[in-house]
Amino acid sequence: MNEHATVSLSIEPERYELREARAYVFELTRRDLFKFLGAGALFFCANTKTIALQESGRGQRRGDDMPKDIGAWLHIGEDGKITVFTGKVEVGQNIRTSLAQAVAEELHAPVSQIELVMGDTLLTPYDMGTFGSRTTPTMNLQLRKVSAAACDLLKDIAAKNWSIERDRLAAANGKIVDPISKNSATYGELLKGREIAQIIPDQDPLLPATEWRVAGKSLAKADGRDFVTGVHKYPSDQKLPGMLYGKVVRPSKFQATLISADTTAAEKMPGVIVVRDGDFIGVAAPSEEIASQAAAAIKTEWKAEPQPSSKNIFDYLRKNPERRESTNSPADQGAQATVRGSGQQLLATYTVEYIAHAPLEPRAALAEWEGDKLTVWTGTQRPFGVREELAAAFHIPQESVHVLMPDTGSAYGGKHTGETAIEAARLARAAKKPVKVVWTRKEEFTWAYFRPAGVIDIRASVDSSGRLEHWEFTNFNSGGSGLNTPYAAEVRNEKFQPTKYPLRQGSYRGLAATANHFARESFMDELAHQAKMDPLEFRRKNLKDERLRAVLEAAAKKFGWPGVKKSSEQGFGIAGGFEKGGYVATCAEVTVDRSSGSVRVARLVTAFECGAIVNPDGLRNQVEGANIMGLGGALFEAIEFEDGRILNAAFSKYRVPRFKDVPAIETVLIDRKDLPSAGAGETPIVGVAPAIGNAIFNATGVRLRSLPMVPNGLRIS
Amino acid sequence: MARVISLLVNDTPSKVDADARSSLLSILREQLELTGTKYGCGEGQCGACTVLIDGVAHRSCLTPAADAEGKAITTIEGLAKNGRLHPLQEAFLAEEAMQCAYCASGMIMSAVGLLQTDANPTESKIKDSLEGNVCRCGTHPRIVAAVQRAARIMKGGTS
Repeated sequence: MNEHATVSLSIEPERYELREARAYVFELTRRDLFKFLGAGALFFCANTKTIALQESGRGQRRGDDMPKDIGAWLHIGEDGKITVFTGKVEVGQNIRTSLAQAVAEELHAPVSQIELVMGDTLLTPYDMGTFGSRTTPTMNLQLRKVSAAACDLLKDIAAKNWSIERDRLAAANGKIVDPISKNSATYGELLKGREIAQIIPDQDPLLPATEWRVAGKSLAKADGRDFVTGVHKYPSDQKLPGMLYGKVVRPSKFQATLISADTTAAEKMPGVIVVRDGDFIGVAAPSEEIASQAAAAIKTEWKAEPQPSSKNIFDYLRKNPERRESTNSPADQGAQATVRGSGQQLLATYTVEYIAHAPLEPRAALAEWEGDKLTVWTGTQRPFGVREELAAAFHIPQESVHVLMPDTGSAYGGKHTGETAIEAARLARAAKKPVKVVWTRKEEFTWAYFRPAGVIDIRASVDSSGRLEHWEFTNFNSGGSGLNTPYAAEVRNEKFQPTKYPLRQGSYRGLAATANHFARESFMDELAHQAKMDPLEFRRKNLKDERLRAVLEAAAKKFGWPGVKKSSEQGFGIAGGFEKGGYVATCAEVTVDRSSGSVRVARLVTAFECGAIVNPDGLRNQVEGANIMGLGGALFEAIEFEDGRILNAAFSKYRVPRFKDVPAIETVLIDRKDLPSAGAGETPIVGVAPAIGNAIFNATGVRLRSLPMVPNGLRIS
Repeated sequence: MARVISLLVNDTPSKVDADARSSLLSILREQLELTGTKYGCGEGQCGACTVLIDGVAHRSCLTPAADAEGKAITTIEGLAKNGRLHPLQEAFLAEEAMQCAYCASGMIMSAVGLLQTDANPTESKIKDSLEGNVCRCGTHPRIVAAVQRAARIMKGGTS
């Protein structure tokens, strides 16, 4: 049984937002349009196949590969300053730091001399986007290769300059040194500001992780001081001279079309520009406040069809399958397989509600036109994707669009799209001035996209010795990530069934791996209970994957599994899994107050292994953060909606984890220097919900099969 | 109607245009270009916009700018003195108490307010007083550790 084959590399099955129609189809004005067409516009159509296959590189201009010349990625100034160019972006996962470590390591240069230019569509090589935990396995590796090649080249130049054997030269601390003559020259002196046009060799021996000196060690967040002093300019902080503030008038419901709009009052307000183009209606004004007042003064009438509500969402998903059915079980025995075997059968249904990313910085963009050239500063995980969206929206070639991505106030998979970029650009086009659009919290909670709701059916049988015989698993709507069980069942049938869905939905940290692990690892607990086995022992018995076994055992050891209850209110749970090259196991301790029904998570112990660790403290930070974010979705986060409206679009109504919710968190990192480094931002989230659910069962005997598990406390019947 | 009001921000007096509804947050960000104070929710639920007014932590998104007239306002930009970081800023760096760091200025300003009323807060009191500040990246344990570290520094102890 191939247990690794399902690690998703570049295609995210739930990237539903890529299939949606454009939110606005701008007509602009006829004059505008003719001018663009007259200029000989080039239209670049997104080639899905190409995008699926390649992730970085200037694919759309120069074939499918990443640029092969060092100079596309790295420049060394005469002053020795090293500038690195990558299309990846910084949203708090601290890759600005870990990528600099990779460069420092292979280039033998101090981190302090390295600066990264990130997510700038003019300056950096094409990149599909920052998602899927792909930065470490791909970009880190790429920049190591680039840096190693640059270092070799610097040695060549020094050897030539000094007319000596190249092999005796060493590189250290930003210099090439000849240990015999004691000659040395800085990289800046050797290159004299020249571009490095050299090609990156296919095979360049990189330093093994066991020899790392800069990578493999903790390094603080790059430019940390700018963040604690308020100096750093996030997308929403950007400003240009003469800039106006934009506000979009929102429809009454999702999928609504504009019937009529009365803009007279808004147009009379001083300095206010009103733009109506198809279903788009918005304003630009000299201040945020006036823009809000002007938008509120526009009277609109919308028309929309009745839409499903959160109260009946699971029924809706189950009853509305889409014909497209993706089954990605490597050991699929066919959809006709039925549960068989001698053992006891068990079946259960799990559900997961829609939840919001709620990045603390809402979507924001500043757009400026110079003639037909458009520049946009925006917070997005896909600056090149936003460039495509803008080019399509304004009927201009991608060359005319420049997207820049200042380090952004988080995303968690929620900023793959360019809504504010398009809105700001449309308003700026009409205003003939730069326009900034920053979504309100209510807009962010309403008009962004959500982590999909889902229904998961599982049926399995276990023989008398505690071995899984049959495993049948169907996920409706939430997605295919983490669909396949790592446990060795004789017969497996696992499928993801896409359905119609009522809300805009897309990527979220860990994608559907959270839903699928919640269902699977809770159900494994149910099976263990039925087989009267310890949950850890039951997993071990059915597990062949040594890396998963290692994290389960490490977490259990640190936690003190199976634990000794100090009171009947206490419960302990364990869960594990793997996804995106990372292996995780989580143990939870909960306390349930039987009279009030309140559930407190007291302790979470997580063991994580993602190959060779690049930045241990950075990794620890990510694991802790995933635990806390996971806690929200496990216990109380849920989007409530009714007939095309969100009912809890505010932090006062949508509960996110706060200080008093946060348990003691202990992290065990397993550093496998013999394995390639995998990404780590997502996978540590997947064990949190099932570990907590299993602990609640252990405390109370109540099995919770819906996320969030206790939005209003636990009802113990 | 807009009128000119005088604000004292980070020891610097300035005149700004504000009407009765203008929030201190929008004035700081739009007119004084002090963008270290962040918008997060506009309803006082996330703490990203926290500033000190006469030494007390306030949500600037809910504070009319006119109410702050004649009072001493401190934003994150005014915390360091002569290039020397405030102990809380030092502590946030030392504990790596941030990921995207968008919440950091509000967290730091809230914690400055706390340490001015209680130089030696318990862990539980720190959590209580930061309960209204949201960090979506989940750096809460590090933030608590940073406040404890800052308290030690401010008492003159070693960090």
